[in-house]
Amino acid sequence: MSLLKVDNISVSYGAIQALRGCSLRVDEGEIVTLIGGNGAGKSTMLRTISGLLKPKQGTIEFEGKPIQGGPPHLIAQSGLVHVPEGRGIFANLTVAENLSLGAYSRSDHDQIRKDREQALDLFPRVRERLKQAAGTLSGGEQQMVAIARALLARPKLLMLDEPSLGLAPQVVQTIFQVIREINKTGTTILLVEQNAAMALKVAHRAYVIEVGSIEMEGPAADLASSDEVRKAYLGAH
Amino acid sequence: MSDFAQTLITAIAIGSLYALIALGYTMVYGILKFINFAHSDIVVLGAWSSYTLASRILPKLGLNPHNPESVPPIWVAAVVLLAAMVFCGAVGFTIERLAYRPLRRAPRLNVLITAIGVSLLLQNVGQLDYVFGASPQKMPPLLPSWELASFTFGEGETARRLVIGLVDVVIFATATSLMLMMQYLVFHTKLGVAMRAVSFNTDTAALMGIPVDRVVSFTFVLGSTLAAAAGFLYVMKYPGMNQPAHTIWVLLGLKAFVAAVIGGIGNVRGAVLGGFVIAFVEQFGAFYISTNYRDVYVFTLLIVILLVKPSGLLGSPLREKV
Ligand SMILES: Nc1ncnc2c1ncn2[C@@H]1O[C@H](COP(=O)(O)OP(=O)(O)OP(=O)(O)O)[C@@H](O)[C@H]1O
Ligand SMILES: [Mg+2]
Repeated sequence: MSLLKVDNISVSYGAIQALRGCSLRVDEGEIVTLIGGNGAGKSTMLRTISGLLKPKQGTIEFEGKPIQGGPPHLIAQSGLVHVPEGRGIFANLTVAENLSLGAYSRSDHDQIRKDREQALDLFPRVRERLKQAAGTLSGGEQQMVAIARALLARPKLLMLDEPSLGLAPQVVQTIFQVIREINKTGTTILLVEQNAAMALKVAHRAYVIEVGSIEMEGPAADLASSDEVRKAYLGAH
Repeated sequence: MSDFAQTLITAIAIGSLYALIALGYTMVYGILKFINFAHSDIVVLGAWSSYTLASRILPKLGLNPHNPESVPPIWVAAVVLLAAMVFCGAVGFTIERLAYRPLRRAPRLNVLITAIGVSLLLQNVGQLDYVFGASPQKMPPLLPSWELASFTFGEGETARRLVIGLVDVVIFATATSLMLMMQYLVFHTKLGVAMRAVSFNTDTAALMGIPVDRVVSFTFVLGSTLAAAAGFLYVMKYPGMNQPAHTIWVLLGLKAFVAAVIGGIGNVRGAVLGGFVIAFVEQFGAFYISTNYRDVYVFTLLIVILLVKPSGLLGSPLREKV
């Protein structure tokens, strides 16, 4: 059984149809990436899965239960955790408060403390800035806070929307390294990226989305070597 | 000297009332980004429900509510205050639930117009004969008219007395403790962190597993209970109560709203600061210049602040919004 199963969903913003009959699945333990250009519908896909948008048609199942249409806070509480595009940091809160929100619906305080230590071990730079207002952090540091915060929710499935967006190459390396580590400890990941080269390197399977429909899917390595993907997303000629 | 001190005392008492009311405006604005015009009517409701309850309790204790000399034991005031807060909290909850929640994804203007509608509804329902009626009433005394301290300045013909009354102290103490509790709640509890998160970004807050609707409801309940307390305290100081739709109430709410804007709307500490600033400008303007223009001072200050620092005294790009 797949952990997440998206079946034939269509989503519109008013008259603009952003997804037309898209399907994808994520199995337990996988890193699956969804790649595609600007405006292809990647963020729309994640926002629909996490309940922020309602699909006009189609179903979404998480652990075998239908979840389409929300409400988002219950979907998050069920272990499907979404780090939105642009990181979704609460700039008006401190870093520590941001982290605490990751564990908002948990009450196992001892375990939270341990998870927090673990998350901070992944990102030592975040530890030094706990008391700072999160809005004063650099983009890379904010992304780290966003991921650490998501981990505090104990995700069964972690959805990341363009974690490499706007970051220096070195920081991108760090982030992808961490994504690998998180996955190794047993967390399933759905990764949305425009940086197809990096994404296809870490992922097991991949989907390519273009103007609202899934155009290709398969093992990440196969897609990375296919001519279409190399031309369109990996800058080969 | 004594007149100055007396003005100071009044300004502090009134300022804490403005601050209490301003908190409600600012919290709702912080979270839902609209001005809840019906908020001042919750103040009125707090005042009038206090009146209704007090004038029913007193006869049961064998006291005449119309006799200013017959003061009940102090617990009566506490019970009336609590009851008014609970009642107004429930009304605030209901208003949000029925009038504002269905408009969560609607344009701000629609919500604003709805708020004006709710305000008119509350005013006019309040004036129905079988509700509070359309005539002024006198709030029965619930606090003894003690003078806690009295000083005499000067001698003979020019002697003046300065009196610190129990009522001023009760107003200041009640309002301050409520505001401290609310500061603690907003800045030091999990719920407070959630409120600030919701005020920053509703969608992202929901992604954290925060039940946004419940946080919004709670915000309305909190703001409404503070407004109820302000209404109660107001009629403790000024027992001559105008009918619910009277402009004096509208003006009271408007000044508290100005306080929220001057402090930086959306900013909790700003609302408190704004409340006191407004009261000081109003009271000292009335004292040094002329009582006739007391409202003019307030609105002039508003214009000046909007010109000089449009985001308000404590408003800044990284402000603490609730
Ligand atoms: N709030 C919105 N209102 C109207 N149209 C929207 C909205 N959000 C997205 N769209 C449209 O939906 C389509 C898909 O957008 P989406 O944000 O999902 O793309 P994306 O693949 O995430 O792009 P990017 O890589 O640039 O983030 C685009 O055509 C976009 O213009
Ligand atoms: Mg996107």
